[in-house]
Amino acid sequence: MPAIYSLYIINKSGGLIYYKDYGSAGRMDTNDSLRLASLWHSMHAISQQLSPVSGCTGIELLEADTFDLHCFQSLTGTKFFAVAEPGMQNMESLLKYIYELYTDFVLKNPFYEMEMPIRCELFDINLSQAVQKDRVAMLGR
Amino acid sequence: MIGVGKTKQYANILDRPISKGKQEVSLSAFAFLFSELVQYNQTQVDNIAELERRLEDAGYSVGARVLELLCHREKGNRRETRLLGILSFVHSTVWKVLFGKVADSLEKGTEHEDEYMISEKELLVNRFISVPKDMGTFNCGAFVAGIVRGVLDGAGFPAVVTAHFVPVEGQQRPRTTILIKFAEEVLGFGTQSHKSLRKKRVQVADQTLIIPGK
Repeated sequence: MPAIYSLYIINKSGGLIYYKDYGSAGRMDTNDSLRLASLWHSMHAISQQLSPVSGCTGIELLEADTFDLHCFQSLTGTKFFAVAEPGMQNMESLLKYIYELYTDFVLKNPFYEMEMPIRCELFDINLSQAVQKDRVAMLGR
Repeated sequence: MIGVGKTKQYANILDRPISKGKQEVSLSAFAFLFSELVQYNQTQVDNIAELERRLEDAGYSVGARVLELLCHREKGNRRETRLLGILSFVHSTVWKVLFGKVADSLEKGTEHEDEYMISEKELLVNRFISVPKDMGTFNCGAFVAGIVRGVLDGAGFPAVVTAHFVPVEGQQRPRTTILIKFAEEVLGFGTQSHKSLRKKRVQVADQTLIIPGK
């Protein structure tokens, strides 16, 4: 049973720049994943406006019966969100770690164009290692 | 008694001992700077070979300076005059100062006498770089190849230096090999001592000078 179903990275204007699914559950085709990404971007922005308290940074966790959606927004507005099984504890740190990988292997890559889809071999390799490690840690608990 | 604990003042900047320098700089800062260097050069060229050449030229000036500095700082103003000496100087001293470690291996080419290879499992400049498939065999290690060429050229061992990706069995990522192919005139230096060869050259030069005077 995979701990994390799928991972999305969206740029500051709501475009999907990276999508990866783990396992067959919750797999989406390209159009659906693009739609979900822009929808989430808008909902995130609306939630900031709706908040009665000032200084709200948007939805961090969406809980449903069968899945949890964890979201992490970087200071520059790039959002990382993952669909995972309910009740996962360490998702925040995993998303932060993925952000770290993004800054290392995507932003420091001279062949990456900002705001464009991510196609970096090293990012893929390190990401799958991180998710694998996270899965092993889950099993150990 | 007077001036104890005071740093010695030098009237002339040239009398001052050369400092060891700060040993480390931020890897991130370097990675971003190098990334920008590659991106800038990419806007100036229209093919990959040209980009490789420009990166190598940028490295060449680094190499020439590094040789000068390290000969002074590490070697007491002496410069290696033997082929193997300069190669191990590049492999250990230069690599250690630039990348904080000795290069993984230094080998002699099996097919050609004049070829040497320095291999790195993960070259520092390539740590964060994924070359897209459509760029073929392009390797940003061309910059490091340029540094090596700068050092060798400055030391009097002209060579053609190139960087290549070499796939390793059982490894996801290829390693980078810096291939050094020495110019023809360098080859004799290995067997004959540099000095005697130079003496011979001077003699030849003298003779040619005398002949027109006759």
